[in-house]
Formats: sequence, structure tokens, C-alpha cells
Amino acid sequence: MAAAARVFIRGAHATLSVPGAGKQSSARSALLKLSPGCSSRLKTQQRHAAHFTFQPEPVTTQYGPTQKMNLFQSITSALDNTLASDPTAVIFGEDVAFGGVFRCTVGLRDKYGKDRVFNTPLCEQGIVGFGIGAAVAGATAIAEIQFADYIFPAFDQIVNEAAKYRYRSGNLFDCGNLTIRAPWGCVGHGSLYHSQSPEAFFAHCPGIKIVIPRGPLEAKGLLLSCIADNNPCLFFEPKILYRAAVEQVPVDSYTIPLSQAEVLQEGSDVTLVAWGTQIHVLKEVANMAQEKLGVSCEVIDLRTILPWDTETICKMCRMVGYKLRPG
Amino acid sequence: MKMVGSEAESTGSARPARCAPGAEDTISPGLITSSDRKKKSTASQLPQRRQLQHWHHVSSQAAHQQQPFDSSLEKPQFPGASAEFVDHLEFIQPNVISGIPVYRVMDRQGNIINASEDPQLSKETVLNFYQKMTLLNTMDRILYESQRQGRISFYMTNYGEEGTHIGSAAALESNDLVFGQYREAGVLMYRGFPLDLFMAQCYANADDLGKGRQMPVHYGSKDLNFVTISSPLATQIPQAVGAAYALKRENMNRAVICYFGEGAASEGDAHAGFNFSATLECPLIFFCRNNGYAISTPTNEQYRGDGIAARGPGYGMLSIRVDGNDVFAVYNATKEARRRAVAENQPFLIEAMTYRIGHHSTSDDSSAYRSVDEVNYWDKQDHPISRLRHYMTARDWWSEDDERSWRKQSRKTVMEAFERAERRLKPNPELLFTDVYEEMTPSLDKQRESMFRHIQQYKEHYPVDLYEK
Repeated sequence: MAAAARVFIRGAHATLSVPGAGKQSSARSALLKLSPGCSSRLKTQQRHAAHFTFQPEPVTTQYGPTQKMNLFQSITSALDNTLASDPTAVIFGEDVAFGGVFRCTVGLRDKYGKDRVFNTPLCEQGIVGFGIGAAVAGATAIAEIQFADYIFPAFDQIVNEAAKYRYRSGNLFDCGNLTIRAPWGCVGHGSLYHSQSPEAFFAHCPGIKIVIPRGPLEAKGLLLSCIADNNPCLFFEPKILYRAAVEQVPVDSYTIPLSQAEVLQEGSDVTLVAWGTQIHVLKEVANMAQEKLGVSCEVIDLRTILPWDTETICKMCRMVGYKLRPG
Repeated sequence: MKMVGSEAESTGSARPARCAPGAEDTISPGLITSSDRKKKSTASQLPQRRQLQHWHHVSSQAAHQQQPFDSSLEKPQFPGASAEFVDHLEFIQPNVISGIPVYRVMDRQGNIINASEDPQLSKETVLNFYQKMTLLNTMDRILYESQRQGRISFYMTNYGEEGTHIGSAAALESNDLVFGQYREAGVLMYRGFPLDLFMAQCYANADDLGKGRQMPVHYGSKDLNFVTISSPLATQIPQAVGAAYALKRENMNRAVICYFGEGAASEGDAHAGFNFSATLECPLIFFCRNNGYAISTPTNEQYRGDGIAARGPGYGMLSIRVDGNDVFAVYNATKEARRRAVAENQPFLIEAMTYRIGHHSTSDDSSAYRSVDEVNYWDKQDHPISRLRHYMTARDWWSEDDERSWRKQSRKTVMEAFERAERRLKPNPELLFTDVYEEMTPSLDKQRESMFRHIQQYKEHYPVDLYEK
């Protein structure tokens, strides 16, 4: 009984509601007959999403007029700007044609054509290999891996090929025009294979860059920098923020520099370094530490994992004394 | 010469993303003349295209406006495949066509079998083929020997496969992009890569275009459109597809050729590349050198189907098997594949059957896994160089004197290049740190400075004079 009840629970509310009304509804409720002992609101079955509060960036006018966008919309905006200004730019991967499983490419195929926004067969090693070749031939190649958890079949192409293309050819050839994007990080229910943060596997591979934004404003600027950068880049997008993170984001192109960490708040006792979703957790932690322990925390967003901003981190740590980098 | 794969059917326009319900025929490679392609194949006769329901795949929304399913029809309605129903249980036998036949123009003695297939190349062209094949052979002998003597660290010869290199290279345009595996030096030689640069790469000296970073035979040339070789196998296959896609969009009539061995064709990357090239309609030629061995692994341990050519139709690709030791067969097949690949934006698969006469590399001794008799057969009785020589001598284009003086001259030029390369300094050690990224990063810069400080301090322990300053 409890198992059957669990199926119908959605979200944190845990109300045992039956969808629809009328005849269909009564047929369905007939299927779901709870025993007298089962209460309609089953506390043990309530799903609690991991709690954090997204903290939006303040509105900025330095990049021109802005528009309210969530994270996936800010990605779409970056891709839209790119396809508009760079005729060689192409976007490809699984399911990108209809808009993508996270809606990051909605509208782009209709706007720019089927030869520029297209589906590939279901094969990550092929997607990245194809992207490398397109970049080598001069196109701006933007590859999507559907979940970062599935990037591993492409590990050989990324580490043995993309990262080393320029070096091994003596700079005759390179795939600097390649950017690989993937949804990243936990959402609460993603389990083993829709939650991974695989940046550490790539973090010691010279030749590629790895970038992870904390919100829409950062994401668009960093993604545009990755696309413009003449080195192959991995851009991981915190999927839990796709809808939840909303900010005012400039509609035009702008770039945020790579390999530059950002000190979000200064402190004197402990340095906290993080990237992506965890920044929002740490901001809260910093406040709690100040209130409850009287500890003054510095919060730094690393942003680019490789090559990372050793100068900022080391300078800040020296000033402060202790550094914590949450896993 | 006939390509395998269903040529007759075509959708008549851009291929739909899904097989339309009720469509009469299988999704097939066919000939595509979609409205958005500018070039049409004019020289060849296009097979008749049947009138079919076709779908203009203008946008994803259009694709969803399908005709209604009609379950009263007896035809299968599945989106994944359209064919007839069959009511008896029968497994399709592999090799049911008893193997794809091997196309050749000359017999093993160099005689033309079917005169209409003779490409009738000029004497100058044919002599060039011969000289390039023999120059490659001479360079291979000298560099193999130089590894045995400890002068270079490693080498891979091309013995027996010269025909595959020269025949295919000659059929391409000079601006077609080449992705190779590692046994295609003849392609680079045909395009004019100088002996000095072959040697420079093998010696990793300061003239190496690759800046001395890779093992020998990992050649590359931007000017000659030959992408630098890398050691991992088959990684170039999906890359070639991506490059072909980009070149298709450029619309400059350029093709891509991608070489690989029958062993590399087992890699996942090969499957990925074949599938992508067909679905994304790319102008490229997959050229498989089936030379019988992947190091020590013979073909019957590499695959159980009918070689590599038989896989092409499985991907919807036009395919052919050729005698790789017949330079004219290789030439003809590559030429036609190239013409159609660009005209029709579809990939072609050529499986060139040949034999690896040499060891896999200088790290291999093939007597451990094959007999000397087997090797001798190919060396003496079915060799691309001797077959072409017979063709030439039959036309009085080449005499014994020509042979003697050419052998002497080519050996001399190779030796001179070899000696120059050996004397040359090695690259500046600074080149260890550049080109990792486009720009030098602070951490690499620190490592570079640290290395130079170390060498300065302990210079008596390092052969600094062998390196460029």
C-alpha cells in the first residue's frame, strides 16, 4: 500500500492528490485504495529537496539593457548571440533540435536553420569527436552532452585529442573553436547518473579549460568567453539552477574573463572557495558563521576550474590564514 | 565499378528525420538532390528516382505533421524501419552475398583486365606514381635501419601498402583534408612533403613542424592539408566527419578523406564516425587499409563479418572493396567516391585489401606470429610497386636502366636528407611549454622558468649544446 501511495506523491507537498476530475478521476481513485491505517499525508514519503537559496546578482547596466532570464534562458541568449554574429557557429548534440531536454536551445533551429542546430545520433564519443573535427576545420563548434554524467565515453576524445591538438601538432592545427556544454550537479532526485560533477576528472588535463557559473548573469558571460576562447572549453551548467535561478541578464553579448576568480565577500578568518550551486550554500554558511560563531568568512567563486586563478586564491588565503574548499 | 548499397531509391529531397509512416521504401543512402544544395552531379548518370512520399525537413514542427496512421494497411507502420512483413521465421545469414567482391583493374602481373577501366593516365603521371611509391620504400628502408642503429627512437614502415597511399592521394584535390592513422606517409609524400621534413619529424630536430613533440611518423602539414597524426587509434574518424560537415557548410567543393586500418575499425569511434557521417550527410571518404593484421592480431580475430566494406550498408553508406595493391583500382574508386561525395553530400566507404609486408613497427618482430613464406608471397608475387612497373615496362615507359638510375638517385637524395637531419640541432627546450594553450598560462610560465634555472645551475649534466638556444 505504501508503495502504491508513493507513486502519486509529487514534490515537497506530499498531498495525495489524484489528477483530473469526473469519471476518469473516480476510476483512478478506485485503483488507489488506501487501507484505513494509511493517512493521506504520509510524512515518511515527503520528499525534501536539498535546501539552498539562490542568491541573485544585483542588476547591472554595464553591459546594456537587461531582461529577466533564468539560467537556461541565459544560455539560450548566449547561443542566440553567437549564432547571429558568427556564421560558422553550429550547435549539435542529442535532442538539441527541438529545444533540448533542458530547453537551452529552444527556438534556435527555427531561427538559424537545420544545418546549424541539429541532432546527432546518441553517441558522446561521436559528438565530441565530431565537434573537434568541425573546430579543426574552422567552424565554431558548440557540442552539448545531455548530462555531465555521460561525458565519460568522450573522455578519450577530450583528454587525448582535444586537449593535445595544438601542442602535438606544433600549433599547425588546433580545436580552439570547440566548446562542450553539459548540465551538471545534483538536483536531489538525480541519483547516480543525473547528478554528477565530473570536473575533477578533467581538472589536471592541460590544454582544456573548465568553467562553471553560479547563475544566469555569470553563465552567459562565461559561456560567451568560452566560445570566444581559442582553446577547447568544458562548460558545466548547474542544472538545479536552470529554472530556479532568475536574474536580470543583458540581452546583448558580453564576456566575463576566464581564469579569474571572484571574491564575493571579504572576510578575515576563513576563506571559502567554491563554484556553481555551492556558492549559494556558502554565502549562507558565511552568514551563519558570522551570526552564530562570530567568524568572518571570505567567499570566493573560482568560476574557472582549469586554468585556475592561483594568484587570487593564494593571495586571499595568505591574508586570511585558513582555506576551505567544499567538495 | 559498382558501389554496394541501395542506390536506386532516393527520397528526392532532404532526407526526413524519421521514416514517414507508409513510406514505400527503406531509408537508403541513394542520391540526394536536396533543394538547399547548390551543386548537382552532372557527369554521372543518376539512377532513376522513384516517386515517393517525401518530407521537406524544414523545421522540427513540420516533421511532426505526419500523415495519420492507418492500421488497415498491411505495410508496417513503424517509424524505425519500413519493409514488408514476413510470416516465416528466418535469420538473415551474414555473408549471404558471399562476400563483397574485390574491384581491380590490373591482374597480379600488371596487365589491364578490362580496358574500359584503365584510367589511361599520362606517362608522366604514372611515372610519378611509381617514383613516389619507390621513394617511399627507399625512405622506409633507410629510416627503419636508422632506428635499428639507435639514431631515431622508433619507426613504422609502409611496405606493401604504397599503392593505397599513392592511388588515393592522386585521386584527391590538393585542398582536400586528410585525416590519417599512421601508415599513410605516401599520401604526404605524393602531396610534396619534402624528405627533409619527414626526417626532421623522425629525428625531432629543430626543423620539425611539430616542434619535436611526438614520436616518429606522427607527421602533419597545414600547407598540404594533412592533419597531424596522433597515436590513439580511430580517434580521427569522428573528427573527419566533423571537418567534412564544416567544409560542406563552407561550400568550397572540398572533401575529407579519413584513413584507418581494419583493426582501428573495431573501435567505438569508428562506429560513431560512420553513423554520424551518414545521418549528417557529410562529403567524405572513409578509406580502410585492410592489411591483414593489427600488430599480431589477424583479421579472423578482429571481426567475424565480411570485413569493413560490409558494414557500410548497415549505416546507409555506399561502399566498395578494392584491390589495394592495384594503384589504378584505388585511384578509380577514390576518384569516383570523391566526385560523388562532394556532389551529393554523402559519405563513401572504400575498403582497400592489401598486406602489411613489414612488421607493425620497430618494436615488433612479426616472425612471432606469421610465417616467412606468407610474407614472401606478398613481397614477390603481389606487390603494388612491381605490378605498376610491369604496366610501365609493357608500354616501354620504363627500362632497366631507368630503374637502376632512379634507385641510385632516390637512395642518394634520401641519404643526403638523412645526414642533414641527423646533424641538425634539437628544438629549443622552451618549446616544451608553448602551445599547451594558445596563450602561455602563469603556471606553465613558472614551470618553464624553473626548468631553465635548473638547467643553468646544472648545465654540465644536460646536453645543452645539442639544442637550439
